[in-house]
Amino acid sequence: MIPPAFDYASPTTVNEALALLGQNPDAKILAGGHSLLPMMKFRLASPALLVDINKVDGLAYIKEEGGWLKIGAMTRESEVDRSALVKQKYPLLADTARVIADPIVRNWATVGGNLAHADPANDHPATMLAYGARLVAAGPGGTREIAIGDFFVGPFTTPLEHNEILTEIRIPAHKAGDGGAYLKIERKVGDYATAAVAVQINVDSKGRCMSAGIGLTNVGLTPIRTAKAAGLLVGSSLDDATVKAAANAAAEAAEPSADNRGSEDYKRSLVRTLTTRALKTAVERAKAG
Amino acid sequence: MAEINGLGHSMKRKEDPRFLQGKGNYIDDIKLPGMLWLGIVRSPYAHARIKNIDTSKAAKIPGVAGFVTGKDLEKYNLHWMPTLMGDTQMVLPVDTVKYQAQEVVAVIATDRYAVADGVAAVEVEYEPLPVVVDPYKALEPGATKVRDDKQSNHIWHWGAGDEAATAQAFEAAATVVKEHIYIPRIHVASIETCGCLANWDPINKHLDMYMTTQAPHAIRTVLALVAGHVGLSEENIRVISPDIGGGFGGKVPVYPGYVIAVAASVLLGKPVKWIEDRSENLQADSFARDYHIDAELAADKDGRITAMRMKTLADHGYSDSQAAPSKFPAGLFSIATGSYDFQKAFVEVDAAYTNKPPGGVAYRCSFRVTEAVHAMERLVDIMAHERGEDPAAFRMKNFIRPEQFPYHSALGWEYDSGNYHAALQKAMDMIGYADLLKEQTEKRARGEFMGIGISSFTEIVGAGPSSQFDIIGIKMFDSAEIRIHPTGKAIARFGTKSQGQGHETTYAQIIAEELGIPAEHIKVEEGDTDTAPYGLGTYASRSTPTAGAAASMAARKIREKARKIAAHLLEAAEEDLVWDTNKFYVKGSPDKAKTIQEIAFAAYTNHPQGMEAGLEAVNYYDPPNLTFPFGSYICVVDIDRGTGQVKVRRFVAVDDCGTRINPMIVEGQIHGGLNMGFAPAMMEEMQYDEHGNITGGTFMDYLLPTAVESPRWELGETTTPSPHHPIGAKGVGESATVGAPPAFANAVVDALWHLGVRHVDIPITAPKVYDLLKKHGAALEE
Amino acid sequence: MSTHHIKLTINGQAAEADVPARTLLVHFIRDTLSLTGTHIGCDTTSCGACTVLINGRPTKSCTLLAVQADGAEITTVEGLAQGGQLHAIQEGFHQCHGLQCGFCTPGMMLSSVALLKENPSPSEDEIRWGLSGNLCRCTGYVNIVKAVQYAAEKMQA
Repeated sequence: MIPPAFDYASPTTVNEALALLGQNPDAKILAGGHSLLPMMKFRLASPALLVDINKVDGLAYIKEEGGWLKIGAMTRESEVDRSALVKQKYPLLADTARVIADPIVRNWATVGGNLAHADPANDHPATMLAYGARLVAAGPGGTREIAIGDFFVGPFTTPLEHNEILTEIRIPAHKAGDGGAYLKIERKVGDYATAAVAVQINVDSKGRCMSAGIGLTNVGLTPIRTAKAAGLLVGSSLDDATVKAAANAAAEAAEPSADNRGSEDYKRSLVRTLTTRALKTAVERAKAG
Repeated sequence: MAEINGLGHSMKRKEDPRFLQGKGNYIDDIKLPGMLWLGIVRSPYAHARIKNIDTSKAAKIPGVAGFVTGKDLEKYNLHWMPTLMGDTQMVLPVDTVKYQAQEVVAVIATDRYAVADGVAAVEVEYEPLPVVVDPYKALEPGATKVRDDKQSNHIWHWGAGDEAATAQAFEAAATVVKEHIYIPRIHVASIETCGCLANWDPINKHLDMYMTTQAPHAIRTVLALVAGHVGLSEENIRVISPDIGGGFGGKVPVYPGYVIAVAASVLLGKPVKWIEDRSENLQADSFARDYHIDAELAADKDGRITAMRMKTLADHGYSDSQAAPSKFPAGLFSIATGSYDFQKAFVEVDAAYTNKPPGGVAYRCSFRVTEAVHAMERLVDIMAHERGEDPAAFRMKNFIRPEQFPYHSALGWEYDSGNYHAALQKAMDMIGYADLLKEQTEKRARGEFMGIGISSFTEIVGAGPSSQFDIIGIKMFDSAEIRIHPTGKAIARFGTKSQGQGHETTYAQIIAEELGIPAEHIKVEEGDTDTAPYGLGTYASRSTPTAGAAASMAARKIREKARKIAAHLLEAAEEDLVWDTNKFYVKGSPDKAKTIQEIAFAAYTNHPQGMEAGLEAVNYYDPPNLTFPFGSYICVVDIDRGTGQVKVRRFVAVDDCGTRINPMIVEGQIHGGLNMGFAPAMMEEMQYDEHGNITGGTFMDYLLPTAVESPRWELGETTTPSPHHPIGAKGVGESATVGAPPAFANAVVDALWHLGVRHVDIPITAPKVYDLLKKHGAALEE
Repeated sequence: MSTHHIKLTINGQAAEADVPARTLLVHFIRDTLSLTGTHIGCDTTSCGACTVLINGRPTKSCTLLAVQADGAEITTVEGLAQGGQLHAIQEGFHQCHGLQCGFCTPGMMLSSVALLKENPSPSEDEIRWGLSGNLCRCTGYVNIVKAVQYAAEKMQA
């Protein structure tokens, strides 16, 4: 399959890229390209210009700074998967990067692309919702921060303007008592989730839940954050009854539709099971470190 | 001196070096000067009238050279073509399309980018028509008729066995079990798609047809028969089947794309290449299975099987275009009595048209054997469980006993050889069956569900004897031609065509065994109809039973001539010569000997007066019977009650395919076959919605297992040679694909039987299992 | 459509050409450079038959534009053997019968090479995980795992 014809530009700075986007209303950003190019091959997308940001310097990094884990938007999933820092302190993120697409695709797929595409089936959105991440976008007038909760406004729709580029993802830096997990049910490696659940919690020294975030993958038109489920956890000792109540609340928050991956009921049941299991793992991890 | 590497040697494959170094020669690797590309516009509807085809925009695209429509082909009476089953199918439609992804218009352009643009720019106006996708509904009175040229959607009825006697046996039975079993539509999805390069030479009226075909000679004859009236004459057609990137039956049929490419090459006078993309391959190429089976089994009070009955509805899509032997519309479905000793059986199949792509047998299976085995092995398991008997013991009790071979089955086959008890016992020993039963009981008490599933299958392969088997009238023999060169090296050519099975190695080893020429000195060629002897091709596990036998028989002819030459050289009487490995020696004087190499040299330099020079032979082998490979598989699964996921913990496969020529290759075939049994059992299904739209027409939704999902196969073997095959070999390529699915299904049902679950249709996906758990109150609501 | 002049290194050889923007890397490799060992098996970045190494990392070359490879070092299956000597992974696939039809084999071997570079003695689980972006329809993967283990041992010896 062959994409329709287009022009191509490969800027080396964010400003150049922004200028190209500004000049071309039918331009699209080419990041990892592993969602965009297949869509173009099926002729479901036909941008007039591809602005390839793979050669823009300074958009790929993972570092702790000023109370945040900062991830450059062009950081490849394989780099996240390899990162000792992520492995050690951000297990929810590590779990997530490991199950996105397949190992070869992860060499190109980027964290920023996974979010900016705003596909409810993508994995990072739920994780970033659970973390309460903030996104940094560069535009002609400078940069702005967008809270993750404001980012997924519709299917494949974000508040990013045509002439804005997502440049950085900020996750609150790890602190004592943090723990998280991402559990995904997929039909095979490389598949989108039938359902997946991201959980991030913080527990105090007595095992009391101080904060919680829960995000759901591919069970709605957008990635879903379940404030209600998370709210049930906060202040509790994460006892079985509370976990069960939270899992039920997460299942209620899901709005899945039936497809080849399963019925609405099945997907809702999965959300319940996965929330319970992810919480168990998150608690273990929180207590361990 | 090189090793001979005859039978039983795990010689490394001779074909490997080119594949390992990127020097394989697959269809898309072939380029010819001036070559054009062909692309196909396909129907978005499952049933529609074509109101208008507008190519004007496409014609303006740089590089687009022309179009072929059904109306163009109609002028030459090439818009329809005959199928192997006596039906017809469209090459390109003149007025209506009958399934989604059907070919509508062909676009020809100078390169693959221009042709893609051309395909995208053709505008077709359709008037959607009512669609029938369910074969049961297709047979209801008043159903939408799929084919305007037929009386109804009912294609044929076929049956085998004694209906009345079977009914009597059912009435007399102590236990009867019944189940409705659906074997879903699947697709082989070899990693290489199909394609061709047609090169018509208008001066010499000669066609070179490079194509992904498992049966090059049959294709040549079909082309001559279909297009003889427009000037294609069989002596001027050369079909070349290059390296093939997996076939599994999907590269047997004649797809419209091939025919259109030939037509385009003839019309334009240039080479035309057509390479399917993956979506086209999945959505339009030949499918397999799609059998809806009502199956029943009867047993007496002692738990001995007394009778079996199956009524089946087969969904053939819009045309019966399955590539099966002419006299077997339901293939070899009558193997359904399986490995068990009973004499009352009746099976019948009705075939229906629906608005789906045509096909029927293309998935690593010898003509409907998979469907038969699945139904029978499910029934046997249900019966054992129903009677409270251990499924292994129940099978042991009912197996055909070793001394009963050759065994005449209730549905008319003569099983050549078998030892079913030994194979199952070996599988049980390997897996530790008794311990597993104990573990299962303990786990069940703790609320953990594990299942143990057995499948003891009997295959039927090696089609076939000329008395019964033909394709378009051509008997299903196969062939070998061997020429020994003066220096004792050889070339051998065959009518079959490897798609990864390792023929270049295996055939060489058979000849090495017979003649003592090292296998590495024997060059094996297939796939060029100008040079290879006529054969029916490689599918249905027939290469070793037919062409492999032909290799032996041709080699033995050569050995007989070699004996005469040796007698001449040794100045001895022929009857005084003894053959040993690679030489003849004079009885009682082993040092008076001539090696095959010395004899070969003499055949060209010093042959006896009155004898023809040279040392070569050809054999067209007509097998006296089919061969009946068998095996017993045991699968262990653990079920996640919170998600419905099934984890295959272990899978032991004991196969008996008779003599193993190259054990390494045989095991590779079994590994691959097992994976293609696992895939449809647990993952793959080609699904359609009520409008006939394919809901899984790419690798995103048609799920081929990766290394992660695939079980870690454990193999065992027993060896019961075929008594009628020259070297006792039976064929093995498909056994595992045929035998494995019921082992998975039986394991899952075994895990859930105590809940009241009797059956689950494949593919056994997590949602299906979760629904069963939920229905029976056993889903964990964590 | 814009056209771009690209220069790259493929299997140690310099190559340059003008390519239209939409030319997929796999077609550039197969059609322009005539290195047909890299295959095409799907449209959806699922099968991995087109896998090549770009600056050492496995890449599905059907999902990259040729122009994106400007300046890159590419290794295809044709670049594995050196001086007539098979690479350890090629030897492993041959010795362990890790290939049948050969169509997925180039991609499978290149993924294996990268896997072994990062993890010189992988467990079976790690091998299966590492190769899960490459589909094989023939082998059932058992002998592919063995082939990688063979190469791992050979490369460490």
